Amino acid sequence: MNALTFPQGIDTAGASERPLLDVSGVTLQYKTRRHLVTATYRVDFQVFQAERYILLGPSGCGKSSLLKAVGGFLQPVEGAIRLNGRKVTRPGPDRMMVFQEFDQLPPWKTVKQNVMFPLLASGKAGRREAEEKALDCIARVNLTKFADVHPHMLSGGMKQRVAIARAMAMEPDILLMDEPFAALDALTRRKMQEELLALWDDLRFTVLFVTHSIEEALVVGSRILVLSPHPGQVKAELNCAVHDHGSVGGAEFQALANRIHTMLFAEDVEGAVTDGVSDAAAGGTR
Amino acid sequence: MTDLSYSPRSPGRTAGRPPATAVRREPPVRPEYERAVAATGPIGDVARPLSLWERLGNVAALRRLVILAAIAALWQALAGWQNNPLMFPTFTATMAALWDGIRSDGLPAMAWTSLAVLLKGYAVAVAAAVLLTAVAVTTRVGNDLLSTLTSMFNPLPAIALLPIAMLWFGLGEVSLIFVLVHAVLWPLALNTHAGFTSVSETLRMAGRNYGLSGLRYVLTLLIPAAFPAILTGLKVGWAFAWRTLIAAELVFGVSSGKGGLGWFIFQNRNELYIDKVFAGLVTVILIGLLVENVVFRWIEVHTVRKWGMVR
Repeated sequence: MNALTFPQGIDTAGASERPLLDVSGVTLQYKTRRHLVTATYRVDFQVFQAERYILLGPSGCGKSSLLKAVGGFLQPVEGAIRLNGRKVTRPGPDRMMVFQEFDQLPPWKTVKQNVMFPLLASGKAGRREAEEKALDCIARVNLTKFADVHPHMLSGGMKQRVAIARAMAMEPDILLMDEPFAALDALTRRKMQEELLALWDDLRFTVLFVTHSIEEALVVGSRILVLSPHPGQVKAELNCAVHDHGSVGGAEFQALANRIHTMLFAEDVEGAVTDGVSDAAAGGTR
Repeated sequence: MTDLSYSPRSPGRTAGRPPATAVRREPPVRPEYERAVAATGPIGDVARPLSLWERLGNVAALRRLVILAAIAALWQALAGWQNNPLMFPTFTATMAALWDGIRSDGLPAMAWTSLAVLLKGYAVAVAAAVLLTAVAVTTRVGNDLLSTLTSMFNPLPAIALLPIAMLWFGLGEVSLIFVLVHAVLWPLALNTHAGFTSVSETLRMAGRNYGLSGLRYVLTLLIPAAFPAILTGLKVGWAFAWRTLIAAELVFGVSSGKGGLGWFIFQNRNELYIDKVFAGLVTVILIGLLVENVVFRWIEVHTVRKWGMVR
């Protein structure tokens, strides 16, 4: 919110080179009824202004947990997450989330009211201004016709568009997207990816995007953090800004996709072998 | 499809009995085609207006009126067959007594006396339930408190508390309100709490993402999200309150001086005006139907149905 004050972390090269989001040595754990599960172990990464930063990995690599931690829903046991130099301690409207689930929109509010809700709730805008912003953002995601409709009348893709519009309207420092298109059908998903990229072209927001699809990562992202599973650890950080839907299937695209694929699944083959033997053996390979 | 296997193009392989060695059958290769989409033509219009009969069938009020009429007819027939006006007056006799009661016995005023007490108790109980459940969802102690209290008091019949209430608060409205609150509070709190706990994690996170917390979080997010369950609690609470009130008036005739509906029923039974007793009962039923089908129905249509939370 108050991006101009830098209480700490001026050690980097200069203000323009300062990362927007700094995740350093973050270990995340959560409790189930029986176990204490380590989701990620000492993960470091930095996100800069206007990047489309992807967290990519198989299930169990803690990518969603990392996103929730950045969102402030989960406290790291070790390490720190800093946004604009300020430590993240709780959820806040400077980091807007777009969830995978379609039920993220309060069903008692129309599309327009849904987009206005966070603006009003956070006191970021007055009613009139909020309405203007909301209508503008709804127009950007092509839902003007549905502004006064309740969410239960919308298709899955439209609901995700509303969620994106709602996040956009807040003009957050960073947009957090947790597999936002995973529950959509393939055709709608591709359309949504294109729309997201077009929106980014317009507004140049910063987005942290979680996915388990290598193709989606390459198409949507400008930089990819590859995570290994159990517990999530950083495997690699790659650039992929050159790729878009047009380059899908090209030689370079395939090469990079294969490289990531090997990175993610090379040890899974071992895992698959040992899984059959015993739990102890599987634990040993980690 | 089946005759393809007998086509002259592959005579040696598939004609006659199946060959000894299993042959991999390939699916037939068929030509591709593209077509322009035609107008719907023979199917007719994409949308057709419903017939009058279909539309009438869609009006819930009408369907329910038909059921009420059927019950009234059944009543009339049974009572006519019994032919004992002292024990079981006919529907028409009851309606006449009702009309008489409204015109000369001050039945509306008595109904209003009951309703006024009821509304007071109901309002207090709703406020208390909101407070109790808000504490229960925000703190763990509150949660334990609520579940302990509901499991203690929910099974306790409100009417059983009336003697004690009369001892504490005297023969008056306060005692009645006390038992009414008891009757409404626990089922409502139980339902509201169940509603709160069933709000999806995503929606909760979305709300906290906006920076909502504390009472604002409860009021702007949890209550609307849990509204279907809360509405059920309100309905159940209303029914409990109504029963409790009538029973209290019947047994104790509490609100001294100006009696309510229960008192009306009790008095007329003593004087063996059975048709008036039935008229009093019908009034209770009518008010119940009215509240359920007009007040609660209206709330339902303008909230949970509009939001697509219930069918």
